Amino acid sequence: MSDTRTAPETVPAAPPPPGLGRRVGAAFLRLREASILAVAIILVVYFYVNRPDFLDVGNLVTVSHYVAPIAILAVGEVFLLISGEIDLSVGWTYTFAPFVMYFAVEDYGFPPVLGIVVALLVSALVGFINGTVTVRLGVPAFVTTLGMLFALEGITLITSGSFPKEIPASAAGTLQTVLGQQDWSEIIWAGVIVAIFYLVLTRMRWGLYTFAVGGNLLGATESGIKVSRVKIGNFMICSTLGGITGILEAFRIDSIDPAAGGETVMFYAVAAAVIGGTALAGGVGTVLGAFLGAVVLGILEDGFNLLGISANTYYLILGIAVLVAMIANVYLARLRRTGRI
Amino acid sequence: MADDASTGPAEVLRVEHLAKRFGAVSALTDINLRLDQGEVLGLIGDNGAGKSTLMKILCGFQPPSAGHIRLYGEPVQLHSVEHARSLGIDIVYQDLALVNQLSVYHNMFLNREIVRWPFLSNRAMRKRAREALDSIGVKIDSVDTEVAKLSGGQRQAIAVARSVFSDTRILLLDEPLAAMGAKEGRLILDLVDDIKARGDMSMIIIAHNYAQIMGVCDRVNLLQHGEITFDKRTADTSLEELTDLVVAEYRRRRTGEGNGAESGGESGGDVNNG
Repeated sequence: MSDTRTAPETVPAAPPPPGLGRRVGAAFLRLREASILAVAIILVVYFYVNRPDFLDVGNLVTVSHYVAPIAILAVGEVFLLISGEIDLSVGWTYTFAPFVMYFAVEDYGFPPVLGIVVALLVSALVGFINGTVTVRLGVPAFVTTLGMLFALEGITLITSGSFPKEIPASAAGTLQTVLGQQDWSEIIWAGVIVAIFYLVLTRMRWGLYTFAVGGNLLGATESGIKVSRVKIGNFMICSTLGGITGILEAFRIDSIDPAAGGETVMFYAVAAAVIGGTALAGGVGTVLGAFLGAVVLGILEDGFNLLGISANTYYLILGIAVLVAMIANVYLARLRRTGRI
Repeated sequence: MADDASTGPAEVLRVEHLAKRFGAVSALTDINLRLDQGEVLGLIGDNGAGKSTLMKILCGFQPPSAGHIRLYGEPVQLHSVEHARSLGIDIVYQDLALVNQLSVYHNMFLNREIVRWPFLSNRAMRKRAREALDSIGVKIDSVDTEVAKLSGGQRQAIAVARSVFSDTRILLLDEPLAAMGAKEGRLILDLVDDIKARGDMSMIIIAHNYAQIMGVCDRVNLLQHGEITFDKRTADTSLEELTDLVVAEYRRRRTGEGNGAESGGESGGDVNNG
């Protein structure tokens, strides 16, 4: 945009003409997201050809129910992965949060909205603990959040007695409709969350610091950025989004289930982020890519169901997709380092 | 001190009896140093003499254990990097503190972004980054380029250019020529000359290899075992003299005479006023 305006003022020091290298690089990065979009479109066409009812409204609702929770969780993981960390416990924050809401409403008489606020505060606290232990005590995030994963699993199973609970009667009605019960409400929430965090990551100071912290921790520190605050904040964003997802899902399936969430949904979220071009090494990643990654996973899962292909094949393809995406990431990073794109 | 100000150029920075201890280790024992308006001061000394520690204190990254810092004659305590920056002191670290994955202009504005709440004002930052680079003659095709793609000299130039637009009056350069080829090193020294010609910035340059920086420095200080032991105008000294001093110190350490020798650190002031 402004390249054309500023370019004439400079004499090119390197072989490529002004702005070209950057434009090609940016095009490639856009292509990176475009390639996932292309995969999604190809999958839609494939499933539609084989099962024309794939594009029926009823089935699209089902697809959206696969996509929405993965997408929201993936947004949180993207922020953490870019800042060089990971949260393995977010699937259990997802499971635990609706129980917190339930206890607050049923046992302590909180109004439902306040119960949700309490549940999200507890979720944020989980992230705060994850972040503080990781950043201040220097425990690798993988280990911190692995410990948190089991701890939350234990707490959830103990407090719930391993049995599902019903949505509190006071939360039924409009609130439940808005928060997941209506066919499209969860994907709308996912869209809003993706849009907000897309802006946070690409257009706001917090996003810039997230990249800086993951890209060059020492450099970010020397620049005066409060790196601990950024990292802990991203742990809190991730776990709070986990809590939100858990509550939305509980309202959607009309039950608070200790068997919902867990490790599986967390790994799906990480897979979506990775397929979407986020590197585990930090400093690289996009919210949009993660959303598209979640869309691809949702389409695959639903399409295989329609075609009657066993879930086992789905896992095989998921595994290959993650590997291919990761190899592409590493290869891209190498090309960029050597200045070939 | 008032007399100094009336006779010579205005003093911008003075360090008095500064010390820094890390537990039982004394990195700096008694630093006395001054910097005049528009001056380029070369700070030389062996590895481990405490040069980088001194820089980190002056840029607000670490507090000193003892001693005073005066800015324009006023005593100051530097609480943080941002605080020092708000007072006009900025640093270019040896490792440059650049983030490879970010663009040139985002790097230049890191932690000093232009924000039109709630969003970053990328357009304004691009424009000002371009202006800053042009004003010091740095040639980079596009400020949108990822820093990872730049050469060592360009990276260093960006790190220096960072401070140009942020009203920096005292710029600290920590080993700007480290790990740089002769050609790129020349680029940086030209850059220092350009900034010096603007006249609004005073600089302290740390260098291990003092032969390279003699040309751009007005004055040279030698830092040895945590003290400034030598202070002369560049015109009044020579490479040979500096080499002799460094070699003598090296011998002294090798033969185990220990510290505490009188090296005439304070006498340098007279030379400068002469």
